[in-house]
Amino acid sequence: MQIIRNRAITDDDFVHVPDGTELPAAGKPIVTLARYTAAREELLARYPALGVRITPDKLPTDVPERSRLALIAIEFPRWTEGRGFSIARQLRQREGFTGELRAVGWVLRDQLRYLERCGFNAFELQPGKPLASALEAFGELPHTYQTAVDEPLPIYRRR
Amino acid sequence: MYQYDDFDRRMITDRARQFRGQVERRLSGEITEDEFKHLRLKNGLYKQLHAYMMRVAVPYGLLSSTQVRKLAHIARVYDKGYAHLTTRQNVQYNWPRLVDVPNILDELASVEMHAVQTSGNCVRNISSDHFAGVAVDEIEDPRPYCEILRQWSTFHPEFSNLPRKFKIAVTGTPGDDRTAVRFHDIGLRIVANAQGEHGFEVIVGGGMGRTPVIGSVVRPFLPKRHLLSYCESILRVYNLYGRRDNKHKARIKILLVSLGVDEFRRRVEEDWEATRTPELELPDAEIARVSAFFAPPPYEKLPTSSDRLTALALGRDRELGNWVKNNVVRHKVPGYSAVVVSVKVPGIPPGDVSDTQLDAIADLADKYSFGHVCVTHTQNLVLADVKTSDLPQLHADLVALDLGKSNIGKLTDVITCPGLDYCDLANARSIPLSLEIAERFDRIDYLNDLGEVSIKISGCINACGHHHVGNIGILGIDKRGEEFYQLMLGGSPGNDASIGKILGAALPQNEIVDAVEKVLDRYLVVRESPEEKFLETVRRVGFEPFKQAVYGAAGTADAGGE
Repeated sequence: MQIIRNRAITDDDFVHVPDGTELPAAGKPIVTLARYTAAREELLARYPALGVRITPDKLPTDVPERSRLALIAIEFPRWTEGRGFSIARQLRQREGFTGELRAVGWVLRDQLRYLERCGFNAFELQPGKPLASALEAFGELPHTYQTAVDEPLPIYRRR
Repeated sequence: MYQYDDFDRRMITDRARQFRGQVERRLSGEITEDEFKHLRLKNGLYKQLHAYMMRVAVPYGLLSSTQVRKLAHIARVYDKGYAHLTTRQNVQYNWPRLVDVPNILDELASVEMHAVQTSGNCVRNISSDHFAGVAVDEIEDPRPYCEILRQWSTFHPEFSNLPRKFKIAVTGTPGDDRTAVRFHDIGLRIVANAQGEHGFEVIVGGGMGRTPVIGSVVRPFLPKRHLLSYCESILRVYNLYGRRDNKHKARIKILLVSLGVDEFRRRVEEDWEATRTPELELPDAEIARVSAFFAPPPYEKLPTSSDRLTALALGRDRELGNWVKNNVVRHKVPGYSAVVVSVKVPGIPPGDVSDTQLDAIADLADKYSFGHVCVTHTQNLVLADVKTSDLPQLHADLVALDLGKSNIGKLTDVITCPGLDYCDLANARSIPLSLEIAERFDRIDYLNDLGEVSIKISGCINACGHHHVGNIGILGIDKRGEEFYQLMLGGSPGNDASIGKILGAALPQNEIVDAVEKVLDRYLVVRESPEEKFLETVRRVGFEPFKQAVYGAAGTADAGGE
């Protein structure tokens, strides 16, 4: 499967492992928060690059030892879902999370720019949606008024 | 008024170009109507009963004459020759074709206008006092803060998918709120502290809709420099904790009620302490930069004109006198007056203005009022800086345009939503009702005798016509497929904010205006003196006399079993 990472199309080196599915012997699994919480230390020891997937009703503080994770994936069950934007900003700005932040679920081309501004750097688009043309979305609104993860200064300190 | 710099201009042209691409992808079939929905809603494009409706942003209601002419041009070329003034001080077009919308946006961008965030679950147009800058009781002009908030909220990446829409209003007249700050998601009142410094009283969680709530004070005094960081924390708490499972319970007022104001405040302050940085603080220099755009126009030094206003109001020309009495407001600068131009004319839906009227108003603004016009939330227009000595001529000019009605704040200055004539949410029509009211009570002596009384009509419980805060509120409901109307009394949007209550059983369409007349006639009988306003009388005597007037001696004779 291909994803967008850091504004480029790339093969996904992580693999989603739903609950009830067997974990791979090695590699980079993305597990649910439930599985992670149940066997945290074991998983962290076994996989040097571990990812955890959370639903948008969770807060960063619901994910223990999050700074040791290589990836946090935040679900967007619908395109109207907006909590992930705030969760991502909290992870990046309050917590200084430096791993991959990935938007998964109902992720639309026209939200990529805002998601990126909030700290996401990886995106799984809905199946069948063209990735190449989606890359154009990053360049559509290049200027910004307000501070976010990508921009430490509001416009009134940049004019 | 605020002038775009290169940066602001780029923002708007980039957005217009982006939306053109989105429309093209829709027209080519690359995206579905459902996927297009969330894109068009971010840009003020609704699908209504018969066609798309496009809402143009008018930040805090303020327009230059150049912009008014552009709105007239768009009405003429792309619509059916009229535009509609909304209760959020915006402008709507009811009949644009989708293929034309990108061109309309380019036209708007050429005069520093746009349709950004006029719909969708994001921060909407910031509204303010239509007498901002000229009100005698204003302690500070609120518009610079509206503009600063407009820029902060424009394309805000974190708050583009809120649980529901979000409305902010700012008033600089704490003693006489004309912006309904207590009925907004965030209402900001500029207030002075004990040291005489100005800051904001932050009111959160007011609103109308299905569940009307008067907002709560979350912070009594917020220093100006923290305006944006504090609003950002309020929005973040709302974005994270507001309900998303039921769109009728998704506004911030529901969150505030369910958490309680203390817990809500605790969460906001916790986030604020953790996220506010020195960079986020609003520097005095930025406040000064934006305020300079709203500096007073070059007024002439004139003698005071209050005697002259009184003389005009009592003069022999009764039509002019009534107009001065009802539509002209005192101005903070001697020799000047603020004028409300009534577009509430019998036979015309409230808020509708034709292209020729818009062009003419632009000319009048240039001739009499430094080239500026303000849209009021009561769906009229203000010329804020008119020399008092020019009033007779301005009145004559307005009469010639059929815009000379003397009914501001009076019964026929009706506020309505578009209702079932346009809107697919509505249960009942509201425009025909307002037309009937305008026609039946179009007698100036009767209107003057009634004095200040507001009627607000909504065609459904979403309350776009603000019926909850009308002194008389009318709500359209559906009763077994028939249009019925509930009659409410006692609402007020201002400093004495209150929510109207239902008088009795809903009435069919052919009885509702009669009922309004009965209520008003009863008021004339039971008021203590001609000085006692309708709202004061209702508050003093209660509902009983009015129930009897409408429903007979039994009090609640039933029209339909409610």
